[in-house]
Amino acid sequence: MTWVDVGPLTGVPARGARVVRIGDVRIAIFRTGSDQVYALRDQCPHRGGPLSQGIVHGERVTCPLHDWVIDLASGKATGVDEGCTATFNVRVAAGRVALELPDELLRATATPASPEPMVFDARACALFERA
Amino acid sequence: MNSNGRRKLVLVGNGMAGMRAIEELLKLEPEMYDIAVFGSEPHGNYNRILLSPVLAAEKTVADIMLNTREWYDEQGIKLHAGDEVVRIDRGRRRVIAKSGAEVPYDRLILATGSTPIVLPIPGRELDGVVSYRDIADVDRMIATSKGFKHAVVIGGGLLGLEAAYGLQKRGMEVTVVHLMPTLMERQLDASAGDLLKRSLEQRGLKFKMPAQTAAIVGDDRVRAVRFADGAEVPADLVVMAVGIRPNAALAKASGIACERGVLVNDTMQTFDPRIYALGECVQHRGTCYGLVAPLFEQAKVVANHLAEFGIGRYAGSQTSTKLKVTGIDLFSAGDFSGGTGTEELVFQDAARGVYKKLVVSDNKIRGAVLYGDTVDGAWYFQLMRDGTQITDFRENILFGQAHIGDSGTGGADAVTLLPDTAEICGCNGVCKGDIVKAISKKNLFTLDEVRAHTKASSSCGSCTGLVEQLLANTLGGDYSEAPAKKPMCPCTIYTHEEVRAAIVRERLGSIPAVMRFLEWKTPDGCHKCRPGLNFYLLCAWPGVYQDDKQSRFINERAHGNIQRDGTYSVVPRIWGGVTSAQELRAIADVAEKYRVPTVKVTGGQRIDLLGVKKEDLPRMWRDLSAAGFVSGHAYGKALRTVKTCVGKEWCRFGTQDSTGLGIRLERVTWGSWHPHKVKLAVSGCPRNCAEATIKDLGVVCVDSGYELHVGGNGGIKVRATDFLCKVATEDEVVEYCCAYLQLYREEARYLERTAPWIERVGLTHVRERVVDDAAGRKALYARFLESQKYSQTDPWAERAAGKDSEEFQPLRAAARVEASP
Repeated sequence: MTWVDVGPLTGVPARGARVVRIGDVRIAIFRTGSDQVYALRDQCPHRGGPLSQGIVHGERVTCPLHDWVIDLASGKATGVDEGCTATFNVRVAAGRVALELPDELLRATATPASPEPMVFDARACALFERA
Repeated sequence: MNSNGRRKLVLVGNGMAGMRAIEELLKLEPEMYDIAVFGSEPHGNYNRILLSPVLAAEKTVADIMLNTREWYDEQGIKLHAGDEVVRIDRGRRRVIAKSGAEVPYDRLILATGSTPIVLPIPGRELDGVVSYRDIADVDRMIATSKGFKHAVVIGGGLLGLEAAYGLQKRGMEVTVVHLMPTLMERQLDASAGDLLKRSLEQRGLKFKMPAQTAAIVGDDRVRAVRFADGAEVPADLVVMAVGIRPNAALAKASGIACERGVLVNDTMQTFDPRIYALGECVQHRGTCYGLVAPLFEQAKVVANHLAEFGIGRYAGSQTSTKLKVTGIDLFSAGDFSGGTGTEELVFQDAARGVYKKLVVSDNKIRGAVLYGDTVDGAWYFQLMRDGTQITDFRENILFGQAHIGDSGTGGADAVTLLPDTAEICGCNGVCKGDIVKAISKKNLFTLDEVRAHTKASSSCGSCTGLVEQLLANTLGGDYSEAPAKKPMCPCTIYTHEEVRAAIVRERLGSIPAVMRFLEWKTPDGCHKCRPGLNFYLLCAWPGVYQDDKQSRFINERAHGNIQRDGTYSVVPRIWGGVTSAQELRAIADVAEKYRVPTVKVTGGQRIDLLGVKKEDLPRMWRDLSAAGFVSGHAYGKALRTVKTCVGKEWCRFGTQDSTGLGIRLERVTWGSWHPHKVKLAVSGCPRNCAEATIKDLGVVCVDSGYELHVGGNGGIKVRATDFLCKVATEDEVVEYCCAYLQLYREEARYLERTAPWIERVGLTHVRERVVDDAAGRKALYARFLESQKYSQTDPWAERAAGKDSEEFQPLRAAARVEASP
């Protein structure tokens, strides 16, 4: 596992989210009204809707496609809906947000076969190559 | 309190009401209490309403169990089945059971139900005389039906008729004896009662009515029933089903104040505040309920207070009745007998066996009796509970909801006849079988529960009537929730109207201010209330309120329409649907430059660019802005399009410049936010090529002026507009149109389109405000224009220039901080 910096906390709106793309994997970084930060795969367990685009309330987000409500801490659907989306460790230190990613994910994205353009900047890529 | 820190809760009465309260409590506070339940019957908890289908061999006892003994074990609930509480020692706070068991409590719930009334006539103690209340009674009746022929049911009410029907299905010859000249006289008028009687006679039931039973004759076992006139009817089985009375004996004996039932206040507390009571044993505001529907709301209130949320209040219920005799459709609600000051609307078709009567006063429904065609029962009941003014659709009301524009549920009456594979909810692809299965397997009782578990009726809502019917048919009763008031969402106890009123009265200027003042239950609301609050604030304080981006649905935050794959669609505004070669060329250029996969002409006379990546939106908007386009708001609860026909400039039938008027209307109204989307149209003549009569506001030009039509909808429920008025000039069209839109903005509930809004408040109300009251109209018009001063900034141009740029850019994962250990 590797911690990756994804920018200042202020870059994520309160009661909102931003997306980090690692190759073709989208990870949503959520910031709640009380400044708790969570990271979830940006994919609703129901039909794959982009959770990052939903309305954040309390420690939950509502998927914009069909209103499933996902618990941000566990990634689990709430109420009677059943399903779970992957969560990632995330932390805030000195006002910056860091995300812990599995090395396989980072390696996979460094391969040329990746269908999506990389969004890492040059410095990050250099680190991958060394690793 | 127990050593585990939990308090002790005892429930007396293992029936539907008490257990419903326990289930509601477990949802709120699963860990708060150690729970013990006493029930005199030796079973788990079952749906008593479905005893009739069990008697009629249409269901088994296993089918109607709600909570098995295993369930109690899993929940950690101590069930004393078959043991009756005989005394409550309120001083020492413990209950004493027949078995000698003593159980202490901190809180006690009484749900002792009701007891059947036994007529004080000779022979009532004979073998073969039963009442009809529980599984044991049903077992006895079934056993008797196997060896004996003649049954007499005393009582021609709901329960008596169901018993009679069941026994007849079991092969007995059944005579129903009724004191009154009309069957089910508390639910039916004479006409419907006669239809019912005839239909039951065709099924082989015999009736003796009006007739008073004098004695039950026999030595050990019953042999006959004798009447006051001396006549006798042979009987091997006599079922007494003449009524029930609240079972308040235990409460009375324990010194708790009782009248007919156990007296409770609006929080369902008895005179001993540690003791709650609900269900058929209680008397609330002078009323004892013998039906099941009220207990659901009562259960919520009890659970709410036991969980110490302290906000629930029960304000009484209006009830409706449905007879559970297969093949007989019967519905009754409210005061159907009429009387002075009331009018009756009656529809009768003997050949089809259909009878409908509505009792109306002050243009509101007071009661309903339906026989043969009950598909609209739920709708009438709703109108009755809401006190809706029916003035504007009274001429069609007896023909049902399908005839006032609700095509969504039309044509699918008699839901019982549909096969299990029939699709009920077209939005979510839910079949009848799925819904019925979920209701019986998961013990669902309310529409909201069915919505949560099956998704049926949770999207567009047009199948709600069908789902409610399925609920009623599967559960054997109407479980629609009592009237009460419907809060805006589960975060609050206040209705839309109360919230809006508070915003204006208290001058609340932000969402947190509203939530603080109205004591919201959640820290920052939910996806249902936040967008609504944002709109209400925007509408109340134009130019002052700071729009809360994070409280808007993604489409309005990103100013594009999110598609199922997460891409967006872009629809530039094309004023009145009139464009030019130059504009089309600009759109074509943009489509090519950003490799737009699909270009589609919309129903609103515009061009939709579909499949755009979110990151590309601002640049695309910049290019479109440069070509003179603004946002079409095709994604918003906002003014969408003004559809026009070509009008008198070209069309040989055109009477006015419909295109020019449409463009003028769009220039005035674009950018306005509304409770829901709003579509306008202007047709140049009554041929109505712009389809103005299915729009939120449609103008139909005629030679002498302009007809204004309102409240149309071409969507889920096709609804033709209502005619509002006719005006003479274009200026008046603009003034009336804006005043109407402002009234809608100020009065409709968030996410309520003009069609249901007008059906709710009535066309008369809209006409009074917009047409009759000239000064009021001008004031509405002025408020609309004031609000428009702040809403006609093109959101696309703003974002192309950099506003909210983080919305459209992903974060960049940068330098690695450290390897995890």
